[in-house]
Amino acid sequence: MKPGHGEVLIAEGDVERAEDEQRLIEEFRRQLDAGQWAAVPTTGSAGRRNAQMVRSFEDIPRDAERVIFFPRAAGGS
Amino acid sequence: MLLALAATTLVALALLSDLIIPRLEEAWSRHRARRSRAPAMPYDPGRERRAEQRARMLLRSCVNDEEWAMYRDLGFIRVWGSQADGPDQAGGTGGAPYAYLIYPHRAIVAYLAQTHRLLNEYCVAFPDETRPYGSARLPDSDDVLAKWMALTGDERRLISTANMHLPGRQLDPTRVRRDLWRLTQWERARMRAAGGTHSASTGIS
Repeated sequence: MKPGHGEVLIAEGDVERAEDEQRLIEEFRRQLDAGQWAAVPTTGSAGRRNAQMVRSFEDIPRDAERVIFFPRAAGGS
Repeated sequence: MLLALAATTLVALALLSDLIIPRLEEAWSRHRARRSRAPAMPYDPGRERRAEQRARMLLRSCVNDEEWAMYRDLGFIRVWGSQADGPDQAGGTGGAPYAYLIYPHRAIVAYLAQTHRLLNEYCVAFPDETRPYGSARLPDSDDVLAKWMALTGDERRLISTANMHLPGRQLDPTRVRRDLWRLTQWERARMRAAGGTHSASTGIS
């Protein structure tokens, strides 16, 4: 998510391919270093939807279809 | 004759130069200022609308059907709380179920599910820190999705990040209670519709 733009595709690839995985890891770290939060939308039992916040690339489920980055939360007024 | 006329014109110009030159300089400065104020990128009136459309598609792909329909019909999403004793700083709920209402670019409101008693407002924003001097805010549906992900993914972290206020600071409690009433009516209507569909599909009359 990007203010003023909405959803922007940052990177895509297959984690089973080493060069893709390395590129995805680097992009993941770059986003977190830029202050973004990362979440993976998940579907639990009985179709319940929620999100899993991830802080490292290893936290991402291998079968995750996407990781959504969004600006870090801050106290508002 | 011609020579005399030219000489007269030159003298007149020389005499008037004190008046003419400052005005020319001022006009030139204004011209340059107008050019420098021109935006680097032309204004695109459809950009925010397209961003919101993309954001709605992304939100729809993440939340369940009920939550999407709730947002589409009512303009907010309810997220159930998962802490055993209510959200932090709420004084405890005694184990009673509680939930949050998520509005776009408004505070998150916590309330007791059974009594609709409002607990707190949690003011949270998602400022873009990737630019040196800020930028436009997230599209409405992206703001809702960010709150939804942060609440369902790590409720405690989001609530501890937010600024907590008593109900009524940003959102009119009367309006929130009316929204809760609308939500109740909306859920009843959906249950009736689902029951009607089920009856029709099973041939019960």
